[in-house]
Amino acid sequence: MSNLIQMLKPKTKAQTTTLFAWALIAPAALVMFWIVVWPLYETFRLSFTNSNLGTLMGGAEFVGWENYEKAIGGRKFPAIVTRTFYWMFLSVGLKMILGLIGASLLASNIRARGILRALVMPPWIVPIAIGCFGWLWLYNGHFGLISNFIEMAGITDGPFSFLAYKQSAFYSAVVTDVWIGTPMVTLFFLAAMQGVPRDLYEAAYVDGASRWYRFRRITLPQIMPTIVSMALLSAIWTFNSFEIIWILTEGGPRGATTTLIIDTFKTAIFSYKFGAGATRAVLVVLILGIFSILYLTVLNRLNNKYGYAGVRK
Amino acid sequence: MMDKYTLLQKIGIYVSIALFLLFMLLPFVEMFIASLRPLTHLFSRPDVPVGETMTFMDFMSRFWSDKMSFQAYRDMWVTVPQLPRYIFNSVFLSTAVTFFSMCFIVPAAYAYARFNFRGKTISLTLFLAVNMFSGAVLLIPLYKLLRMYGLLNTYWAMIIPGVAFLIPTGIWLLKSFLEKIPYELEEAAFVDGASRLYTLRRVILPLAVPGLIVVGVAMFIGAYAQQFLFAITFNQDRDYMPLPAGIFEFIGYQDVLWNEMMAASLVGILPVLLIFLFMQKHLIAGLTSGAVKE
Repeated sequence: MSNLIQMLKPKTKAQTTTLFAWALIAPAALVMFWIVVWPLYETFRLSFTNSNLGTLMGGAEFVGWENYEKAIGGRKFPAIVTRTFYWMFLSVGLKMILGLIGASLLASNIRARGILRALVMPPWIVPIAIGCFGWLWLYNGHFGLISNFIEMAGITDGPFSFLAYKQSAFYSAVVTDVWIGTPMVTLFFLAAMQGVPRDLYEAAYVDGASRWYRFRRITLPQIMPTIVSMALLSAIWTFNSFEIIWILTEGGPRGATTTLIIDTFKTAIFSYKFGAGATRAVLVVLILGIFSILYLTVLNRLNNKYGYAGVRK
Repeated sequence: MMDKYTLLQKIGIYVSIALFLLFMLLPFVEMFIASLRPLTHLFSRPDVPVGETMTFMDFMSRFWSDKMSFQAYRDMWVTVPQLPRYIFNSVFLSTAVTFFSMCFIVPAAYAYARFNFRGKTISLTLFLAVNMFSGAVLLIPLYKLLRMYGLLNTYWAMIIPGVAFLIPTGIWLLKSFLEKIPYELEEAAFVDGASRLYTLRRVILPLAVPGLIVVGVAMFIGAYAQQFLFAITFNQDRDYMPLPAGIFEFIGYQDVLWNEMMAASLVGILPVLLIFLFMQKHLIAGLTSGAVKE
């Protein structure tokens, strides 16, 4: 025992620092182990069992790769994975484009900028569930603003329930997801734009560069690091997006909005198939992990070859 | 010179901003209008005769009525007597989550901002990697964990996971604040014989107050926004239900009381909106300070 204490006793200043730093981090790290790391391990373990409501607390049988074979071999699985990626790329792409447009607009030299900036934030601040109630009503065919508006504009000749048809439900969910994700992207792009040194613009202006040229050749390359990291963060969140789809459509109609996360939730929580649900959760983590690593690798390659993220300096 | 716009450009910018804001605020506008309309008007839909197109007046009459009132804001408390409780729960849960998460965030962020030590980069990366796992992926073991400790259907069932998923972001945010406090101050205190903990408490914390407030508010908003998932999976007790889950009660009745539901939603988001309104300048500056640095 005294040997152990002797061993742990810091000998150099660096060791004291390391020990003190870890003592400060330990509480947070312990919470992470308890609430994230252990559950991850447990999800992994459960994914090889036939655990259900009766056997959750113990007694579930080990079934090997059966859950994985069933999940991946399932008739709907390829469609769900494709849909999830389509959902992610579409939604993240729109968030990036809208974020760039919004940030450029709000960065321009106009009056009342402060108020206008604050007005962009509510979708992000308000509980997702409550924002979705608003959209639920907006998408209503008989009483919603959008359906009535397009009827007046002569696009449709009667009520159109956006959430009732496969395609329109999917794209409606995308619009709501973009609505919730855009404010944060806008805010970070705006901050990055304001960090670009002003003399760069002035030099280009003196040389007669147009606004568009300055945006393309100065703003974009300068804020590319922010765009790249926001895109990855946003992709992860969008991939994992649950509440929006759940409140709007519960994954329907006929599975048209069922992404991997929705499928996981449905299997695990609604059908009480904990083993099969855990398998899907593991697949979500795996797919997302592979995607992130690929994204960062490709980015690094482009970076080495062409300068930051493929934008020529 | 460079920032001057022609009149046409100016109009273009303002119109574009107006369109952008319209998209951002449309659901709230719709919710507000719906909350003012009596239920009968809400569900009336005067039919346009076959062969005729809907006119602008038809359109307006569907969303505007002379009988608009704030009646729903009074009736909702009667329809769902638990409503005050739900709003209280939402605010209480967020406050508790903010408090506990800050207890873990402050020391860890301080360590990352101040010291170079073994395992710094890797552990910080691991913390941030937690963002990759949404709560939805870990629901089953979390359910098991909470059941094991007998915490299902209590406030803790929503506080514990809420705290855990906010810690990584909080550490990252607060770290960038603390890094801006000059190290010399600390050294001076140290030379004067103050201990590390004393320095943290008496020198760093007071200087970090603005940063702490910003991170605290960000955590509160995050906690307020993310109550739904944990509430519907880990809690069935109506006494502990937060508003986003409790609001579904308006659906349970004979017909959905949409106007009251919208009124309750709007009242329910007031706490965060007010906090945001007071803090927005600091909050926006604070949240983005990490992004600008690079």
